[in-house]
Amino acid sequence: MVPEPEFESYYGRQILKTPTWKTPDVPLYLFLGGLAGASALLAEGAAITGRPALERVTRVAAAAGAGAGTAALVHDLGRPERFLKMLRVLKVTSPLSVGSFILAPFSGLSAAALASNLTGRLPRLGRLAGLGAAALGPPLASYTAALISNTAVPAWHEAHRELPLVFVGSGATAAGGLALVATPLAENGPARLMAIAGAGIEITAAELLKRRLGMVAEPYEQGRSGLLMKTARAMTAASAALTVVAGRSRALCALAGASYVTASALTRFGIFEAGRVSAEDPKYTVVPQRQRLEQRKAEAAASA
Amino acid sequence: MSNSLFGPLTDVQGDAGYEDHPPRMGFFTDTSVCIGCKACEVACKEWNEVPEDGIALSGMSYDNSRELGADTWRHVAFIEKPLHPTTSDLGLPGMGPPGWQETDAAPGHGDQGAESGESGVRWLMSSDVCKHCTHAACLDVCPTGSLFRTEFGTVVVQPDICNGCGYCVPACPYGVIDLREDDGRAFKCTLCYDRLKDGQQPACAQACPTESIQYGEVSELRERARLRVAELHEQGVDVARLYGADPDDGVGGDGAFFLLLDEPEVYGLPPDPVVTTRDLGSIWRSVGAAAATLLAVGIGSFVGSRR
Repeated sequence: MVPEPEFESYYGRQILKTPTWKTPDVPLYLFLGGLAGASALLAEGAAITGRPALERVTRVAAAAGAGAGTAALVHDLGRPERFLKMLRVLKVTSPLSVGSFILAPFSGLSAAALASNLTGRLPRLGRLAGLGAAALGPPLASYTAALISNTAVPAWHEAHRELPLVFVGSGATAAGGLALVATPLAENGPARLMAIAGAGIEITAAELLKRRLGMVAEPYEQGRSGLLMKTARAMTAASAALTVVAGRSRALCALAGASYVTASALTRFGIFEAGRVSAEDPKYTVVPQRQRLEQRKAEAAASA
Repeated sequence: MSNSLFGPLTDVQGDAGYEDHPPRMGFFTDTSVCIGCKACEVACKEWNEVPEDGIALSGMSYDNSRELGADTWRHVAFIEKPLHPTTSDLGLPGMGPPGWQETDAAPGHGDQGAESGESGVRWLMSSDVCKHCTHAACLDVCPTGSLFRTEFGTVVVQPDICNGCGYCVPACPYGVIDLREDDGRAFKCTLCYDRLKDGQQPACAQACPTESIQYGEVSELRERARLRVAELHEQGVDVARLYGADPDDGVGGDGAFFLLLDEPEVYGLPPDPVVTTRDLGSIWRSVGAAAATLLAVGIGSFVGSRR
């Protein structure tokens, strides 16, 4: 057990402000963005390789995920009627601005691709829209990590190298998982592979994150946020194992798929909650900054 | 390297696109002469028509406004610190509350920070405010352009553009800006932008009876602050130090900086704040690598399951 570090504070109060982003709106959006982005990739692959059932399922997931995600984001705004102000400027310093310019076209293109797929009309334009959505899919699934990393919240900011990998891994398990639930065995091969690969990436990146961050990563391991993360990791690992042994069982594939999707959502809620904890405890603000100052002082003394 | 995101920046307004502009204006808050009268809090509320934000006792000394926020743009912190004993405790009855020891702290501990009578308490008072950072994270992350850099080098929210996305709130390394609950938009100190445009000084600085809050050109205030610290050190107040005055710090220096008599965290300030956008390049590179990884996973999933 590492002893609790000693530090001073103003009546024990937090220094940073608690993120005002609402639950479930924003963690749900983080999940849906990953699901939709990775689903758009599966959809285009399915179209190219002639897997119509897989294509249908993943086009629905991409369009519905983006649509519901956009609704969650707009609902989260303090002034929802002003959501179009998001597209007023484009700023690379604001991942939310960049993300709006990814999400808006992705939503339109994935909806158009789905409409064409469902009705059979304008097939070429539909495929073109699907290709566009597939190109925007990986950015959509990963930029949300920049969204929360580009803040002063220690557990989010300090994790900015690993979080994008955790997020794309989580997005791949969600998309692969949902496709496993709703796709016949003959066409679900790519969904299996995507989910297994996603699980490996997510679990590995999360482990690296915790090792590198030290005490700042505590909220990912302790309390309610830690419980969410541990449950998600156990479910993701179990789903991956189940995918391997499921073989020709449609029921086991569906079970693994549902478990993947649930785990992916839990991961996002866990990461979101960990950020809240990290912002509200002055320990995570003061102790690392104090260490940084002491280290600089020691280096200056050594070079003097 | 233009230092647009991190590091010292000599012309903040020029970096924001102003060709002709007045000098950078800011605050130097000398907490060694703060008497905790809260005139700054009141003047700010009155002038800026900042709504009431709860009338309740906090139990934190005389501080009942608790923290900066959407409805508190100046906040006076009150710290009661027991003095460190310099003599050994002989177990004799003392005068202070139980557990506190009488001390013989050196007299002349600055104007503030002196011991108050027998209680052995050292008083610290400090009027906190938005730092108007050289590299302002709130401004950087604002997706609508509602937050902007004024011609005076200050950072201001335009309420008619803010859509209440809340990104500025966790971005601020000082925990200054927040959303107003019933309104939904973000609010913070404007350094009285309206008054500055009329050649007036901000309401808090004008109301301060001890000149603890000094308003002026940032370059001149920095010089004044250095002289004041030297003066205090000469008087034996070796705990005096500047906070936010160094252009080489994590936010490129603050437009509103402080003279403190203890560590920043004692006042509820972060000891070594860094603007999040210092790591913007690393953040986007990691996102790019992750996106490429997902694309590879997508392609691999189909290549690997060829029938």
